[in-house]
Amino acid sequence: MSEKTANVGIVIVSHSPLVAQGIADMVRQMVGDCVPLAWSGGNVRGELGTDAGGILRAIEAAWSDAGVAIFVDLGGAETNSEMAIEMLGSPRSKFVSICNAPLVEGAVIAAAEASGGASLAKVVATAEELSP
Amino acid sequence: MQGESVLVAGLIEACRVTIAANRDHLCELDREIGDGDHGTNMQRGCEAVSAEEKDLARLPLPDALEKIGLTLVMNIGGAAGPLYGTLLMEMGRKLRNRDREEEFPVVLKQAIDAVARRGRAHAGDKTLLDVLYPVHDALAQRSPLTDVARRAELSADLTAPMKAMRGRASYLGDRSIGHVDPGASSCALLTTAICRYLQENYPE
Repeated sequence: MSEKTANVGIVIVSHSPLVAQGIADMVRQMVGDCVPLAWSGGNVRGELGTDAGGILRAIEAAWSDAGVAIFVDLGGAETNSEMAIEMLGSPRSKFVSICNAPLVEGAVIAAAEASGGASLAKVVATAEELSP
Repeated sequence: MQGESVLVAGLIEACRVTIAANRDHLCELDREIGDGDHGTNMQRGCEAVSAEEKDLARLPLPDALEKIGLTLVMNIGGAAGPLYGTLLMEMGRKLRNRDREEEFPVVLKQAIDAVARRGRAHAGDKTLLDVLYPVHDALAQRSPLTDVARRAELSADLTAPMKAMRGRASYLGDRSIGHVDPGASSCALLTTAICRYLQENYPE
């Protein structure tokens, strides 16, 4: 789907499937379908945790040639996202960034920025302005 | 090749057994300073590797190690997945590309350094690195396997007085002091199981 859009994609990664899906719902409410969006929550069994394979699939699902911004909650989500980006492989891995930003606010503000056609660098910078 | 396949299968089983036997203990350690799932996560990873044991045992050692690493990444489901996964994947890659002169401790050191980069952690941060580095030192000094295992266990215990600098335990600050790090503990258990298996089946 994403090849048609030039907008940056957004991926949400949480230890909790409910948190990830809830934030995705909030993002969707804000920007509708004009931003490629996917989430990964929980481990391979759907319990609290993270899943590198699931994150990889989410990146693929939200893929945009403009790049993908990932939002993570806690440690394992970040480490597993880095792993997923590596597995995505070059050259696409160069167009994926993990944002150092609060999960809810970061994802929503990044999506708003992305919906206006901003570059990956701009989307990431805008979200990261929220970090203390 | 035959020898390698028996070795790989034996080590996979030895690791699976020790993690299964210590699952609750690892969860207990993790409940003290983390989210309480390290034992179940490690067990899930080991079971997934065991399920692939027949295929893995057919591969040359470097390929087997790399594939085990990937399976751990895909199944552990916490930060331990990428950390243990990186260790094994890097070991596999380095073994495949090593100079003939290069000995195993050199390969191991490169793999441990990759784990440190992945976790952005250093020695003394109260992580599995605090077991991996001493294990490497012991191997580099050509210590007998009994001593390597003892060094691993002692090193895990020595994480208790450390203050966690990485991972969820770091959120506790000083309150992380006084608890053994779960990752260091699983790393010592695996090291001990591997050493014991090698001693029993490949006496020095």
